[in-house]
Amino acid sequence: MFDKVYDSPDAALEGVVKDDMIVAVGGFGLCGIPELLIVALRDSGVKNLTAVSNNAGVDDWGLGLLLQTRQIRKMLSSYVGENAEFERQFVSGELELEFCPQGTLAERMRAGGAGIPGFYTKTGAGTLVAEGKPTMDFEGESYILERGIRADLSLVKAYAADRSGNLIFRKTARNFNPLVATCGKVCVAEVEKIVDTGDLDPDQIHTPGIFVDRIVQTDSEKRIEQRTVTERS
Amino acid sequence: MPLDRNSIARRAARELRDGMYVNLGIGMPTLVANHIPDDMTVWLQSENGLLGMGRFPYDDEVDPDLINAGKQTVTGVAGHSFFDSATSFSMIRGGHIDLAILGAMEIAQQGDIANWMIPGKLVKGMGGAMDLVAGVKKVIVMMDHTNKKGDPKFIPECTLPLTGKNCIDMLITDLCVMQFDKDRKRFVLTELAPDVTLEELQAKTTAEFEVAGELQTITA
Repeated sequence: MFDKVYDSPDAALEGVVKDDMIVAVGGFGLCGIPELLIVALRDSGVKNLTAVSNNAGVDDWGLGLLLQTRQIRKMLSSYVGENAEFERQFVSGELELEFCPQGTLAERMRAGGAGIPGFYTKTGAGTLVAEGKPTMDFEGESYILERGIRADLSLVKAYAADRSGNLIFRKTARNFNPLVATCGKVCVAEVEKIVDTGDLDPDQIHTPGIFVDRIVQTDSEKRIEQRTVTERS
Repeated sequence: MPLDRNSIARRAARELRDGMYVNLGIGMPTLVANHIPDDMTVWLQSENGLLGMGRFPYDDEVDPDLINAGKQTVTGVAGHSFFDSATSFSMIRGGHIDLAILGAMEIAQQGDIANWMIPGKLVKGMGGAMDLVAGVKKVIVMMDHTNKKGDPKFIPECTLPLTGKNCIDMLITDLCVMQFDKDRKRFVLTELAPDVTLEELQAKTTAEFEVAGELQTITA
């Protein structure tokens, strides 16, 4: 019977990785990143990736792993402040970078996944972001045309999946993941637990299984970037 | 005397109203959360997908799946909700957030803001700042009036790449409060910090601004 569950991150990426492809990756900082699929992508030896992701990980985790090994040629992100190696490669010209405002990035993924090739937004009008993009006035205000994103491969992290690929995310680890899932030709999900089809409450499913091609269960490390606490008085 | 960071935050908090939905930028604006009056409900939005952000967690409450836009571990207040990034920016870009309080590197006299990049020096990115200034109903900037070298940050034209044009409604610094007058396209000085004179403010400002008929002293 047709089954979307794979035994390991390496197996889950077999046959869907190729040089020069566009890969969209979920997560915000290190929260909700498909951490072991990223490791498997590195270990595949793929080259010249264009990576679309809100952030670039840190030097030794997340997409930072693929920067260390120079497997990423171009990044499309909104914020990369946590990654010194990124800054070094960009300043030296080794890495191509396109900054995209965070909300525009989310909407570009959503649009790409929804079959919408472009949309107008006020975000970035009159700034560097608008350069080279068509503009249009609506009710006296200037809007810029942004393009939907279609990726060759989407990598997401969810909390729970059933064997049909329905996904449930947890807390703020949801972030870009549902949008990333829709915009890839192939979507692979790394999850914390897999249940039988029918065992998830249909009302609680965030991403329906139609968007998800492969699932792999892992033990996530879930690193914390800024552990900030309140002292008990 | 110039205001300290906490006093600037306390003054900014006086712009909060009961029931408001508010986004606080990373850095100094996060201090505003410490000055929300106890009898007021203010919903803090964090653009990574949380509405109803609460305090930092106790050590045994820390959850790596629950962070704010500054990547700090946080908690939610009663009634908080989680959502994806597209929904988050529907709130922001769609004009559903009442107020954003942001920091800035430069503010120009016609209401422009630069706060995301120093060419050749600082390459971090704009994150959600461009969406916030484009879409939120009211945008307040809180910042020091001059930079670390003492140079004015409130200037005729931004020299750094813009985050947004004509989008700032109010400026709160360690020296003064200014309101942007949309008809006259100019900031109007309404309040001065205690013992700060208009002459001193003008000496530390290169932007043109107007002065309200009745100048108040900032009471924080």
